[in-house]
Amino acid sequence: MENNQEEHLEHSEHSHGYGVYILVWLALMALTGVTVAVAGINLGGITIATALFIASIKTYLVLTIFMHLRSESKTFRVFVGVALLFLIISFILLFSDYSFIVRN
Amino acid sequence: MSSQEHTVAQVHRDDIGARMGMWLFLFTELVLFGGMFILYSVYRYKYPEAFHLAAKELNTIVGTFNTAILLTSSLTMALSITAIQKKQKALSVFFQVLTIVLALGFMVNKYFEWTAKFHHGIYPGSETLLAKPAGEIVFFGLYYVMTGLHGLHVIIGVVLIAVMMRFTSKGIITSDSYVKLESAGLYWHLVDIIWIFLFPLFYLIT
Repeated sequence: MENNQEEHLEHSEHSHGYGVYILVWLALMALTGVTVAVAGINLGGITIATALFIASIKTYLVLTIFMHLRSESKTFRVFVGVALLFLIISFILLFSDYSFIVRN
Repeated sequence: MSSQEHTVAQVHRDDIGARMGMWLFLFTELVLFGGMFILYSVYRYKYPEAFHLAAKELNTIVGTFNTAILLTSSLTMALSITAIQKKQKALSVFFQVLTIVLALGFMVNKYFEWTAKFHHGIYPGSETLLAKPAGEIVFFGLYYVMTGLHGLHVIIGVVLIAVMMRFTSKGIITSDSYVKLESAGLYWHLVDIIWIFLFPLFYLIT
């Protein structure tokens, strides 16, 4: 009996209500609207940065809520964090190398 | 922890392991698409004007509509997991059906988008395309490869969710054991995330 309760607790820890997901979906739709609206304005050099920034916020919402990282154990957050960190490191290294080649 | 009964601990550990395995697979997908994003960035840096001109050929309205469809399908996928957790089997299946319908809607839009391009003579290796400047050829090359590979992932996702739907209705996926559905969901959300980046990079170049 105790074990069943334990198991039940484990599962309920994972489940959000429907409401949270609908809120996140609304936020994602709103951010899509913002991306499209901002693309119409010429922001010069920071246009790409703005688009990527908004895309990153959307990704964060999907990762934490839709993909349950918020309710997952810390191991998962570290796991995903390290993977993303290394992806970003490889991006930075490659772009710095490329810009070095271009300049010379 | 060790004093707990083995059965519960075993089931518990398997579910976490399964999800972790799924995440590990998703990391490889990240590297696959990451490489293409690097390629895109370098060429966009090299041919900014050509990318700007070529992107004008893409239909922003269709792109935005497809983004909304895919985001909504991610919502229905997440809801189907909540439904199974709440022991609402029929509702879970319904949400999975909805996810598949939305995914197919996405592909139908993609089909019309691509055929419209083909009618304008813009497809890899076409004379019209090869007559364009190098930057535009590269843009459309990347466009077809990246959205094409993403589209392939959407089709795989549809098959995967269809199998999950069958599992759910047959009682293989239950409120106590739904890690398969969760993993399919993780895959589907990754497909959504990739599109979140593809959309502004191809459709919204100003």
